[in-house]
Amino acid sequence: MTVTLAHYLMLGGAIFTVGIVGIVLNRRNVIMILMAIELLLLAVNLNFVAFSAYLGDPAGQVFTLFVLTVAAAEAAVGLAILVVFFRLRGTIAVEDIQDLKG
Amino acid sequence: MTAPDLFFWLCAAVLMMSSVFVVSARSLVHAVFFLILAFLNAAGLFILLGAEFLGMMMLIVYVGAVAVLFLFVVMTLDTGQPGGTLRARLPAALAAGAILLLELAFVAFAGGPAETPEPLPGGVSNTRALGRLIYTDYAALFELAGAILLVAMIGAIVLAHRYRPGVRRQDPVRQFVRHQGESIRLEDPAVGAGVSEQGR
Repeated sequence: MTVTLAHYLMLGGAIFTVGIVGIVLNRRNVIMILMAIELLLLAVNLNFVAFSAYLGDPAGQVFTLFVLTVAAAEAAVGLAILVVFFRLRGTIAVEDIQDLKG
Repeated sequence: MTAPDLFFWLCAAVLMMSSVFVVSARSLVHAVFFLILAFLNAAGLFILLGAEFLGMMMLIVYVGAVAVLFLFVVMTLDTGQPGGTLRARLPAALAAGAILLLELAFVAFAGGPAETPEPLPGGVSNTRALGRLIYTDYAALFELAGAILLVAMIGAIVLAHRYRPGVRRQDPVRQFVRHQGESIRLEDPAVGAGVSEQGR
């Protein structure tokens, strides 16, 4: 069974679904949510690269590079916020983070 | 089935399983390790697709930096265990996943483009083609990406930096403006009297 573009897209869709399930499943744990978001971005990257390869257009890989950049920045800032919050409150449970509720 | 196809199925299977383990792991540390495994296999798939540069980037950025960051935070903070009421939320999670999968299936069966990989135009290597694009058409966006990283770095440092009272800090201005008169004191103590602060 030879591998086609559809296989890569299916794989990307499946991983995206797993990431969504992870967000709903672990919605009390911020670090888990962050990791699930990384999975979502990974699935999107896979789609970008697969389309780029099968259409012969390297522009898709440039977008993957940008997604990678934003993902790294997001992880760094998100984890910094977590560290600060833990220092202030001693917990990072999502249900305790509601000070901004109007 | 050729060797590249076999490689695809191997990487895809491990990627799929490890991403499932990421979201269902009992311990956060295990989840991070499975995330690393998922990224490794994704890098393998990227290289299989001819995107060697991005594959290596995945290894450096994700496995080398982001995963280590996650591991560091997970091991530093006492986050408690995820488990417990996980089973109660399973139906909602599976429903969300099923809805999304259905939507994706609609798109997937709507037909698609080419079935075989196209070579990059110009007959150059992947890294060279990417570099040509980044430094010409996407130069402004590339600079913007660098700015995003800079802002994120400064933001993370400012956020996580702890200002504690009573810490002796180096003050460069004071170091530069002090002179010999206030730094050195010549004493001529009497025998047996010693030197005291009052002599100043």
